[in-house]
Amino acid sequence: MYPEGITHHPSPITRSRIGVFVCHCGHNIAGTVDVERVAEELSRYPGVVYSTHYEYMCSDPGQELVKRAIKEHRLTGVVVAACSPSMHEATFRTAAEEAGLNPFLVEIANVREHCSWVHPRSPETTAKAIRIARAVVEKVKGNHPLEPVRVGHAEKCLVIGGGIAGIQAALDVAEAGYEVLLVERSPTIGGHMAQLSETFPTLDCSQCILTPKMVEVARHERIRLLTYSEVEEVSGFVGNYHVRIRKKPTYVDPDKCNLCGECEKVCPVRVPNEFDRGLSQRAAIYIPFPQAVPSSYTLDEEACLGLEPLRCSECARVCEVGAIDYDMQEEIIEEDVGAIILATGYELYPVENMAEYGAGRVPDVIDSLTFERLLSASGPTGGEVRRPSDGKVPKEVVFIQCSGSRDPELHKPYCSKICCMYTAKHALLYRHLVPDGKAYVFYIDIRAGGKDYEEFVARAMEEERVLYLRGKVAKVFREGDKVMVWGVDTLTGKRVEIAADLVVLAQAIVPSPGVRTLAQVLHTSCLDEHGFLKEAHPKLRPLETLTGGVFIAGAAQGPKDIPEAVAQASGAAAKAVALLSSPAIVHSPEVAQVDEELCSGCGVCAPQCPYSAITVEEVAEVNEVLCEGCGTCVAACPSGAMSLRNLADEQVEAMVQAVLEEVAGG
Amino acid sequence: MADFEPKVVAFLCRWCAYAGADLAGTSRLQYPPNVVPIRVPCSGRVEPSWVVDALQKGADGVLIGGCHPGDCHYVSGNYKARRRVYLLKKILPELGIAPERVRLEWVSATEGKRFAQVVADFVEELRALGPMKVMSEG
Ligand code: FES
Repeated sequence: MYPEGITHHPSPITRSRIGVFVCHCGHNIAGTVDVERVAEELSRYPGVVYSTHYEYMCSDPGQELVKRAIKEHRLTGVVVAACSPSMHEATFRTAAEEAGLNPFLVEIANVREHCSWVHPRSPETTAKAIRIARAVVEKVKGNHPLEPVRVGHAEKCLVIGGGIAGIQAALDVAEAGYEVLLVERSPTIGGHMAQLSETFPTLDCSQCILTPKMVEVARHERIRLLTYSEVEEVSGFVGNYHVRIRKKPTYVDPDKCNLCGECEKVCPVRVPNEFDRGLSQRAAIYIPFPQAVPSSYTLDEEACLGLEPLRCSECARVCEVGAIDYDMQEEIIEEDVGAIILATGYELYPVENMAEYGAGRVPDVIDSLTFERLLSASGPTGGEVRRPSDGKVPKEVVFIQCSGSRDPELHKPYCSKICCMYTAKHALLYRHLVPDGKAYVFYIDIRAGGKDYEEFVARAMEEERVLYLRGKVAKVFREGDKVMVWGVDTLTGKRVEIAADLVVLAQAIVPSPGVRTLAQVLHTSCLDEHGFLKEAHPKLRPLETLTGGVFIAGAAQGPKDIPEAVAQASGAAAKAVALLSSPAIVHSPEVAQVDEELCSGCGVCAPQCPYSAITVEEVAEVNEVLCEGCGTCVAACPSGAMSLRNLADEQVEAMVQAVLEEVAGG
Repeated sequence: MADFEPKVVAFLCRWCAYAGADLAGTSRLQYPPNVVPIRVPCSGRVEPSWVVDALQKGADGVLIGGCHPGDCHYVSGNYKARRRVYLLKKILPELGIAPERVRLEWVSATEGKRFAQVVADFVEELRALGPMKVMSEG
């Protein structure tokens, strides 16, 4: 059934006992390559003790042939000259393992895609196949048996950021059965979504769809919520991170606080309310919004008249349940987590940076989130659109899109993606609330890619008669009680001047400032040029950072709308769960390794590594779990101390030699 | 010189260039058989010394194939390769080797055609250059 194999004695120098198996692949290889000759030639090659050819090596009988040869000839390595390794490398490695040979001692010589399919039948083609096979024999001779790297991991997940992305990720991971630590900087979770009035394109009330999720987080038995907290330190590596979290004192016991609100009334301090983007004032003791989670007041230490020594204590005096505790201390929480999800969200590019639009000094020129608060039924104006300067209902409102976006000269070069949609929503909601008002939108072009998005913009234009003007606004300034807007309509070529009552700037989306500190804490270069989190691969690994076990969700990665942020959060959660639920972290052993005798500790290697897998103290050390085996550090090492397992320099040199050696008659 | 057939060693990164060569095969594109590929994880693994070694052992040319800028599976290996090859090409004349004998090319996994074209061009260029002469001999 099988053709007779050609056997030889092992070469005394190498002691390798390599078997070569040449596949015909029907006519695919045998049609242009003289397979018999390849097997014959290889049988004489040093280190090869057995060589044969067969019609379909990947078939069951073909694999049997390989397995039997491994046992009968006590092979120390196998070369299958066949199709691309992307096809059957795994097949033959598994077969070899079944026959008791370490799978890393099996390699494929690609004589189909790289040879028989691209050349005509000729002695040269056969000679090339021989060269390819010889080179791979040399590689196998230098290969070592390897075992996959396995390490254990913690079964907890840290989620950083309590906006909608962080909330979704935390819920998904917790639902999958794992403990979650959700860390949020501010006193409540909810993020920017809690500030929005309604959401496009369905016009759901944002809080109405968000708050049930916030409550679910608060109630979930596997989620530990740490608000008013920041991650201070992260050490370790994938599956085995140790994190240190600092929780600031709120001076109010959330278990006792019953939200009666007496404290806030007696507090003598008033500062701008950040939740309302400064449109209203709050006391030093406050709750960001009524549905905040945890549902408790927080005493803002900085705004308070003084805690040490105590200067006022009015709030404690009126608190009937005794929830206020001026001696509350900050807490340090240390935990081991297997995975980390970064969901730190976004901020708006400051209006102060927009010199052309008044640099934040022209009254009634506001950013889009401020306008959300003016639209919101629970906002400072109770859902009536009233301009900040004098509380009048504005009759002419100008919306300026791409304010700070798509402007490489002065501001941010990128598109902030969500502004076209929320501006359409703003104009539409404004027209609902002020039916006799006029809305103008300045735009560069409309990007409404999303389900029902285009229709939504059309609705604003057609049904609500929002006037869309294609062009840029050159200048915004105050004249009397009007805000003058000078622009050009590039479609008609005409200058446009509008005496507006209110101007809303669709400010660029920028990463939240905390992400930079976080990147340092994580010891990773995980930020792109604009400060957004960088994905491990822009197409194939969009949910991961380059740091193993650290995933990305939401606008921290780039501008995103709610459905996208939620989808990405669930994706990141799935990634985290996959890691947490695996019995061990299994990693390819074909990674870099250091010869400590040769290493001088110069440290040239470490910055070459995109995965921060190398640490250098006295000598370099490679973290086997983090290393992906690209070998870039190896090529950089000046002393030859760094090598790549199963692709050492000596192997490559031998392969090159084998490629260049003459082939008789070829 | 008419029957001079240059010998070329190609170091192809497994994620892009090697896969591009696979696609050339799957698409049955024909190109000269002078090039023998060696699979490496990334173009960043390729050491300049390998290239010199290959040329000294009798290769007439060395091709390094990597992913397009921005596409390297390991993020930045190809940028490192680009710098190394740039420097190497500055040094080669000192060793009496024409820098044209070394080529770094970006070939994506979908560019089977481009791979075939690159090989054909390179072999053509090497034919014109003639056989490699190591300095000590020449
Ligand atoms: S993986 Fe292709 S160049 Fe790095």
